[in-house]
Amino acid sequence: MPNEKIRFEGVTKRYGALTVLDKLDLSINEGEVVTIIGPSGSGKTTVLRCLMTLESIEDGVIRIDGEPLNMMERDGTLVPASTGHLRKMRRKLGMVFQSFNLFPHLTVLQNCAEPPVLALGVKRDEARKRAQELLEMVGMSDKHAHYPAQLSGGQQQRVAIARTLAMQPDILVFDEPTSALDPETIEEVTSVIRALAVKHSYTMLMVTHQIDFAHDISDRICFFDKGRIVEQGPPAAVIDAPSEARTQQFLSKVAQAR
Amino acid sequence: MDWRWDFTFDTVLPRILPGLWVTVEVTFLSFILTLVLGLVLMLARRSRSRIISFAAGEFIEFMRGMPLLVVIFFLFFLLPEVNIYLAPFWTGVLAMGIYNAAPAAEIMRGGLQAVPKGQWEAAHALNYSTYRTWRNVILPQAIGPVVPGLGNLLILAFKETPLLSFVAVPEMPDAARRIASETYRFTEPLTVVGILFLILSLASALLIRLVERHMLTENRYAK
Amino acid sequence: MQRSPIVVLVPIAFLVGLYFAVFSSVAEFLPALLNGLTVTIKVAVPSVLLAYLISVVAGLGRLAPIGPVRWASAIYIEVFRGVSLLVILFWLYFVLPEFGLTMSAYTAALLGISLNAGAYGAEIVRGAVQAVPKGQYEACTTLNYPVWHKYTRIILPQALVIAVPAMTNMTIELLKGTALVSAVTLVDLTAAGVRQNQMTYRTVEIFSVLALIYFCLAQVVRFSGVRIEQFFNRHLGAD
Ligand SMILES: Nc1ncnc2c1ncn2[C@@H]1O[C@H](COP(=O)(O)OP(=O)(O)OP(=O)(O)O)[C@@H](O)[C@H]1O
Ligand SMILES: [Mg+2]
Repeated sequence: MPNEKIRFEGVTKRYGALTVLDKLDLSINEGEVVTIIGPSGSGKTTVLRCLMTLESIEDGVIRIDGEPLNMMERDGTLVPASTGHLRKMRRKLGMVFQSFNLFPHLTVLQNCAEPPVLALGVKRDEARKRAQELLEMVGMSDKHAHYPAQLSGGQQQRVAIARTLAMQPDILVFDEPTSALDPETIEEVTSVIRALAVKHSYTMLMVTHQIDFAHDISDRICFFDKGRIVEQGPPAAVIDAPSEARTQQFLSKVAQAR
Repeated sequence: MDWRWDFTFDTVLPRILPGLWVTVEVTFLSFILTLVLGLVLMLARRSRSRIISFAAGEFIEFMRGMPLLVVIFFLFFLLPEVNIYLAPFWTGVLAMGIYNAAPAAEIMRGGLQAVPKGQWEAAHALNYSTYRTWRNVILPQAIGPVVPGLGNLLILAFKETPLLSFVAVPEMPDAARRIASETYRFTEPLTVVGILFLILSLASALLIRLVERHMLTENRYAK
Repeated sequence: MQRSPIVVLVPIAFLVGLYFAVFSSVAEFLPALLNGLTVTIKVAVPSVLLAYLISVVAGLGRLAPIGPVRWASAIYIEVFRGVSLLVILFWLYFVLPEFGLTMSAYTAALLGISLNAGAYGAEIVRGAVQAVPKGQYEACTTLNYPVWHKYTRIILPQALVIAVPAMTNMTIELLKGTALVSAVTLVDLTAAGVRQNQMTYRTVEIFSVLALIYFCLAQVVRFSGVRIEQFFNRHLGAD
């Protein structure tokens, strides 16, 4: 029986009258690569943002390694999480944004080396060395002295991935990592993510509109619609032979668009 | 400290309120001049002649570094020397009108620049006359950012009117100073003036915000 | 805003000034004006520094998560932007003594000017901090940045760049504001000019020199602002 890493239990998220996530249940095992697909506005980004504690949730619990994320246990009851608890839980999580969100006033190397020093208390030299290794890994070591504005989108996203890895998370979260990129630079980013999924033991949760890429690297695909999981299973089932009408419809639309 | 309410109500307010009226008059009269001069400056700045455009640009830059008080004193001393005799009130209106023309020109220019070039080309392609181009295409789009800018300039002008008390235009601080020098009491007149300014500028800032919001909902061109 | 002709004009203006000083009757009143200029600068420089400090404190206070801090900043900003600088100066110098707080004319001038400019600056700082993209805040959250480092290392350095042009304008306005200090009996550049004018009646000459000096001062500020902007842009690789 593999270890359960992430668990959403009846998670509900509303913006005013709009219910974006409707009693969502989702469980992800350690080392598993899960990809969420679905139409625009179905709540995919919201799932990731709730997991990253960037959004509060109205109901339900998110657990990481069995421990509640947005709540914490005190004297046997669940109370809203303190800042300290959130910080501790967030250490396990790393997020790669659609729009990179690199720090524009820091060089590539500083972008990757500074967060571990400031947030984890890693020694400066050690952080630099590790940052250099990671930049090497994503093929960006020759640009370490550049500023983000001097890089292409694909290069920025690779640096953002290195920055996320520098924080040594167990779980990697990607929100449409290639959507803001020019078609010719998508490949350089997907190959880095592919290497992470195959060679390393990260637990990964990703949102993407690239169905082929999702098919390649995922252990499981979740098809989302209107804040609910309509269908989930291995890519061979959900993508190649979807059983739900809604999924078939979505996939044929995507296929037409290509 | 002793604050005397009877003094405040019997002496200070009756003498300062007429000053408030002068303040409002100066503000609006000078602002009309500002709008006219600003428009002229802005057109000169956009002129096809590079000399005129350069001169207007340098003049605007020059005026932006110049304290209003210098403009006021300059006109106050210069006009009589060239045999133009104006009441201090009108010298003040003139000075403030000229002083605020440069920022007004920049605000108007900013509004025009915010209209995409494609709009001019579209009007041209539709064979619109110059009048129709301005009236139906350009101005409706330029007016959005210009109105709040000019509104804020009006508030700034209002807050600058006290400077005219340096040349004895009988508006609020001048009245306060006269009361103070007659009665040796500064507290009530100056505090009353401060509070009146605060109330009026907060109220006018609120008004501008309302107009701005109204224009945003009215104006379908705005984002 | 890039204004290279202006940069050329500044030395020319100084040469013209020098010509006046040496060869014409301007020599008569120039020493008095220069005395006034030193007063203007003595008031302006510390006021600028104090105003910047106030801008940052009140601008951040306006965004603070603690209610009373936010309200206090808001009240300060609205009051000192709402009331004319001249009224503030009068009040500090003539009314505060009634409350038992007497200060020198110089202190009143410095405080009045920097409190007034600081209120405008605070709004600039607030706007700049809010203009830092939301993604930068979110990156700080997901990277677990402590609040202190989030602001000092990530948000404020970016806000600073955004604030430079508006702060340049604020500084020029402050400089112009120093012309009012004669209200509290200081003899600054403008006051010196007026006095000389009353003695010599060389209105056009005196006021040309005044205008020229103010123009040069403003250009120094404008030019420094442009240079600071260029420095940051080079660093951000935006060029
Ligand atoms: N801050 C917000 N305030 C109000 N509504 C929001 C907010 N953020 C998202 N929403 C709404 O929540 C719904 C789900 O948004 P979400 O971003 O999760 O969709 P998505 O599946 O990621 O779509 P896309 O594929 O376009 O990225 C949408 O209807 C959106 O309009
Ligand atoms: Mg999304």
